[in-house]
Amino acid sequence: MTAPARPAPDASATPDDPGGTGTGIGTDREPGTRLRRELRAVHALVHRDLLRLSVQRVHTALMLLQPVLYLFVLGGGLAALIPDSSLGVGYQAYLFPGMLIMTVQAPAIIVGIRLITDRQSGYLRELLMTPVSRSTLLLGSCAGGTLVSTVQGAVLLGLGGAVGLPYDPLLLALLLAALILASFTITALSLLLAVSLDRPEIFQMLLGLVMMPLLFLSGGFFPLANLPGWAHTLSAVNPLAYGVDLLRRCIALRVPHQTTAVGIEWAGRQPPLLLEGGLLLAGGVLALFWAAHRFGRPE
Amino acid sequence: MPTTAVTDPDTARSAARPGYAISTRGLVKSYRGPDGTTTHAVRGLDLDVLEGETFAFLGPNGAGKSTTLALLCALARPTAGHATVAGADVLSRPDRVRAAVGMLFQHSALDPDLTAEQNLYIHARLYGLRRRHARPRVTEMLETVGLAERRRSPVRTLSGGMRRRLELARGLLHAPRVLFLDEPTTGLDPHARAQVWEHLRLLPDRHGCTLFVTTHYLEEAENCDRLGIIDHGRLVAEGTPGALKAAIGDDRVVLRTDDDVAARQVVGRTAPSGHAVTQDAEGVSLRVPDGSAWIPRLCVALAGHGIAVHAASATPPTLDDVFFHHTGRSIHVPRTHRAPAATEEAP
Repeated sequence: MTAPARPAPDASATPDDPGGTGTGIGTDREPGTRLRRELRAVHALVHRDLLRLSVQRVHTALMLLQPVLYLFVLGGGLAALIPDSSLGVGYQAYLFPGMLIMTVQAPAIIVGIRLITDRQSGYLRELLMTPVSRSTLLLGSCAGGTLVSTVQGAVLLGLGGAVGLPYDPLLLALLLAALILASFTITALSLLLAVSLDRPEIFQMLLGLVMMPLLFLSGGFFPLANLPGWAHTLSAVNPLAYGVDLLRRCIALRVPHQTTAVGIEWAGRQPPLLLEGGLLLAGGVLALFWAAHRFGRPE
Repeated sequence: MPTTAVTDPDTARSAARPGYAISTRGLVKSYRGPDGTTTHAVRGLDLDVLEGETFAFLGPNGAGKSTTLALLCALARPTAGHATVAGADVLSRPDRVRAAVGMLFQHSALDPDLTAEQNLYIHARLYGLRRRHARPRVTEMLETVGLAERRRSPVRTLSGGMRRRLELARGLLHAPRVLFLDEPTTGLDPHARAQVWEHLRLLPDRHGCTLFVTTHYLEEAENCDRLGIIDHGRLVAEGTPGALKAAIGDDRVVLRTDDDVAARQVVGRTAPSGHAVTQDAEGVSLRVPDGSAWIPRLCVALAGHGIAVHAASATPPTLDDVFFHHTGRSIHVPRTHRAPAATEEAP
């Protein structure tokens, strides 16, 4: 539904094909149409991210461990204290969507950090030397980050049974779609931040400052309803809160007895599910376009 | 078109200068600094590099070498003037230029976590090679640079020389018509340097590829077909190494004395007028034709002023002399200042 799910190249390439070479033609010297070439570059960058994911298995496992620990240690500990009636579900089940978002946000944010480290190491310049447009490079990074984040989120999704979620194919598909959407938007925002800053220290500092409040105000750990008014306002612009809320409402759609406290509210009313998803998508697309605009400025 | 078989407009435009891999006219690049001042990195560069030749590009730090490279491979846009590289205009068809050139940056970068093969494969795909062409091409290039048996090694386990060769392979993946090399052997030991040059020398015969090299090693420039010297953003000299040295003509006489400051005055009065006398850590140096004949005369003059001469030498012009003649600086003196204006000789 978002970046990684591109339309089939050949279907859309034909109308844009200025040389009239059609499909299937292309040697090393004439690599087909412009669009196909750009799509190959996107594929190359996604490929790089997947290769890195498979190389850094230990790193990935450690990154996945954190939300799992939260889910079972924090969730398990607090579950005894928090009565099910106050949340509508057990605390671990309540915590699960928040932990899914926590799982996808970490690799999504790393995409931005890597853009900066690539710039510092000179790898970015190597990428810029290729005959690919700068927007494509950014799109490729975003697609790769979205895919890697979603893969990690999907792994955690497998633990759903442990908190009482049924392994219902439609529910899993809905949750996966919401995870792709959240991953895309967080990746795009991270890239936007990365093209606006040029030093990783500042990026890290900003993240440390911002991510904790964003996670706490996402409604992943506790219901937003009991928070003061200013916190509601912050939640209403917090992409993580929309991600968590989407997941929660997808669960509620398929498992009605797991309906939990209301998350996002605008002036006391819950916005439609599709509008929430659309907003998240629009935010991501906007961030990506803005980032591409900033990144594509001629020197 | 009955006579000329020109197929695309870019080739047609550059057809005015056939046989040139690089051709620039009045190339200018200025940067606006944060304090409102404008830095002119390249000011009116006219440069022609023939197809298939190895061209060395020399210049002091801050002379505009890196900026010129960035302009020629369409990474930066010129402020004024135009440049045609590999048959395409850098302003109107930067993508075509980049598709036809390769670049080996001074501080090149590979993905350290991926293997040699994976690094090359990703780049081949970025250059638009199809999957079934990319694999064999990567294997071929790894064999060309002698890294076939290290193909599955993560890049971080490769030595500096191996990485350099891998970067060379990466730069050649798409069979570029022009390969830019920015200080390709800096930081390598002599053995690794020789290996890199061995690979570079083999290239033009095999692909007709033009090499454009910036280097600090004059013995490397000596091996190039032609060289150009850039200073303050302008080309100050251009020609074959032999012709450039012959144009200077003068030998370099260096005298080491117990009082170089006084000796400089004496030498200045003794030597024929119009020949520069300088004094630095090496001693007092003078450029004159037939330098060895001048040594006894200078020694006598210095002895007459009570200055003892410890050592004297006369050497025919080297490329360093050529460089000094045109830039007023030696290529070997490390510079800490960035602005070329702030490089007066120490008193």
